[in-house]
Amino acid sequence: MEKNAEHTHVHRDDEGDKLGMWLFIFTELLLFGMLFLIYAVYRYRNPVAFQLGGEEVDVFIGTLNTVLLLVSSATVAMSISAIQKGLKKHALVFLGITLLIALVFLVNKYFEWGAKIEYGFYPGGEALLELGHGTILFFGLYYVMTGIHALHILIGIGLFIYVFQQIRADKIHSTDYIWLENTGLYWHLVDIIWIFLFPLFYLIH
Amino acid sequence: MSQEKSHISSYQSHVFVLLALLALTAISVAVTTLELGRLDTLVAMLIAATKAAIVLVWFMHLKFDNKLYAIFTVLVLVVFLLVLYVTFFDYSYR
Amino acid sequence: MSESTKSNHTSFLEYKGKYRGILGWILSTDHKRIGLLYLYTMLVFFSVAAILGLLMKIQLIAPGHTIMGPATYNAMFTMHGIIMIFIIVVPGLPAVFGNFFLPLMIGAKDVAFPKLNLASWWIYVIGILIVLTSQFLGDGPPDTGWTFYAPYSFQTPANIVPALVGAFVLGFSSILTGINFVVTIHRLRTPGMTWFKMPLFPWTLYATAWIQILATPVIGITLLLTVMERTLGVGIFDPALGGDPILYQHLFWIYSHPAVYIMILPGLGVISEIIPVFSRKRIFGYKAIVLSSLAIAFVGYFVWGHHMFTSGMSGRALFAFSFLTFLVAIPSAVKVFNWVATMYKGSLIFQTPFFWAVSFIFVFMIGGFSGLTLGSLATNVHLHDTHFVVAHFHFIVFGGTGFSFLAAIHYWFPKMFGRMFDASWANIGWVVFFAGFLTLYLPMFSLGIMGMPRRYYDYLPEFHAANILSSLGAMLMIAGAMIIIVNLVRSARYGKKTNEKNPWGGKTLEWQADTPPTLENWEEIPEVTEKPYEY
Repeated sequence: MEKNAEHTHVHRDDEGDKLGMWLFIFTELLLFGMLFLIYAVYRYRNPVAFQLGGEEVDVFIGTLNTVLLLVSSATVAMSISAIQKGLKKHALVFLGITLLIALVFLVNKYFEWGAKIEYGFYPGGEALLELGHGTILFFGLYYVMTGIHALHILIGIGLFIYVFQQIRADKIHSTDYIWLENTGLYWHLVDIIWIFLFPLFYLIH
Repeated sequence: MSQEKSHISSYQSHVFVLLALLALTAISVAVTTLELGRLDTLVAMLIAATKAAIVLVWFMHLKFDNKLYAIFTVLVLVVFLLVLYVTFFDYSYR
Repeated sequence: MSESTKSNHTSFLEYKGKYRGILGWILSTDHKRIGLLYLYTMLVFFSVAAILGLLMKIQLIAPGHTIMGPATYNAMFTMHGIIMIFIIVVPGLPAVFGNFFLPLMIGAKDVAFPKLNLASWWIYVIGILIVLTSQFLGDGPPDTGWTFYAPYSFQTPANIVPALVGAFVLGFSSILTGINFVVTIHRLRTPGMTWFKMPLFPWTLYATAWIQILATPVIGITLLLTVMERTLGVGIFDPALGGDPILYQHLFWIYSHPAVYIMILPGLGVISEIIPVFSRKRIFGYKAIVLSSLAIAFVGYFVWGHHMFTSGMSGRALFAFSFLTFLVAIPSAVKVFNWVATMYKGSLIFQTPFFWAVSFIFVFMIGGFSGLTLGSLATNVHLHDTHFVVAHFHFIVFGGTGFSFLAAIHYWFPKMFGRMFDASWANIGWVVFFAGFLTLYLPMFSLGIMGMPRRYYDYLPEFHAANILSSLGAMLMIAGAMIIIVNLVRSARYGKKTNEKNPWGGKTLEWQADTPPTLENWEEIPEVTEKPYEY
């Protein structure tokens, strides 16, 4: 703060900012990586229960959310292309679509979780506790992993709103768009995590 | 700074990448109905890895950006896979 | 200072920015002030945890109840561990000396993200406050030990959740510092400073920062899962619900073993700075030291299982981890060899930083060799969870990180405060501390071999003699620590002022900056043409 007052020009290093974002992405990869490790261990130890668990999950909503996230990844990438070309309107539209899709994803998640919780299918829930250990672990991991992922979607929504405002206010433009670029990187990370969550919980059985 | 070199991808290229990802998703869903047994997991993981690689290379610009990011990403994945491998020294032989 | 400096630039200590008084410090984004903020915070909590340690040693001066019962003792070793590990030695050298000297040593004006750097300190303080609430709220202070092993950590009625959340938040601070340093080293090296012209302390900070980035999220998610286990009962580590408590140990040590290298690597860097300066000789095998730092960081990632030899892992895993553990000893030994070779035929200068550096090598060797004893399977079964382990890791973590921290603060003291410390008191402090340290921890090795388990407030009468010696050592060491701290605090306030840029004759860049450095470190960014340590 007091530094900036002293500086004749504000230090700006987009490449450094991007490197910082990548390093942050690596910490996220390791964080989710450990959850995948836990999943691998328990799937290895409870193959049958995990197989049956996979059949209890709603494949339709899972597939829908996968398609949504992939589309949103493309639109945020297109928003970056647009800002690079100086097309502010396009950038705002693409970003708006991304934001909307992120919200729809969470709404779907709400219904998906809601349906299960209603039947007592949640950690500590009666219906779940009656089932075997493997199933408890499967659904424990299901809630933890998709839950932490959903938290990241929520943070992404916050970032999108901020970046959207900044573009509108011309703070982000064709020669200074690192905030949008880094938000995009973050969103692709969230997408990549889902790319693995989807088959692990919804497909293989 | 450093803006001048950055690569601008066209809208079309993003759409192509998206179509590829959607196609792989469709294949992945279709394959699970085939009941391949143990191969099921392997195929699903291979498809997911391909999709993740596509996102990394095109959407996340690893192909066009400073090669440093690509090198780091590979190293991080190697570290993670080694951790997974070493952990299974325990679980596979218990 | 300003009356005697030639330029009209004021030092960072006296600079008046937008904020005055204490706000000028806790809201400053200047890397040097942030480094000192960490130093002062750590000084406070080190004192607290050291007193907890002393109280435990007083309890152990005789068998049975001397000054506390088992519950208090459990709470004390838990808090001693949590503070010392998560608040002192993990941030330790990078947060204090990394912040202060990394930009100076690579010729930068600040770190890459100054605001993020300040945020790291704030997150650190918030983390500390959350940890502290575990002591005063809820059903009693945590009693699990700093490892929070499952399933006890979610069965004990004690107030574990704030301790877990606090440690999680502290991890965040550590990650942000790591990101900051990696970007700083990649982007802000001064012109001419190629990778292999960079001094060794920044190199070790680089290796450390990578571990902070890649290992800290592992403990983050593990602690978070334990919180969920306590609050929601997800069953992931709970054997009653099918979970595997040993998996908790795996995850915990996947972080906490690399964390040992977070603690020790920057210490190795400091010693690599001090030895050539006080030997007036080029460092022996610069590249070997660099590569060994990177090798330690990488291999250190895959040795975590040696903490779990008696937990019930598969036989294969035991062999694999034991082998990898022996492997990681090699790069550490390379460093020791290089330091000794640097001193060989050098013109040694016997001053306080050098004393600390040499005694570091001594205790680091003992710690390292006892580590090999624990890393081999047969001896580990006998020694696991005995006082031998306590002695080993205090030799590494306290002897390693602590001695290098004290070496660093004496080495860089004049640069940081623009004053000289009182050398005779500093040397007396070193003698007393070193003697106390050895008297405290050496008997623990034999106690462990005799079979005295750790983490008990009581012991059998046959262990009495060695315990008396050890407890007296603790008192001597605390006396030494007090001499050192009082001397440094006094010297920082009233010591002899100095503007000499390079009191020790160092060759690295920080000695070309003003003493104490100005706000932006340099009037002109220095250019580098030759390697560091060319004597």
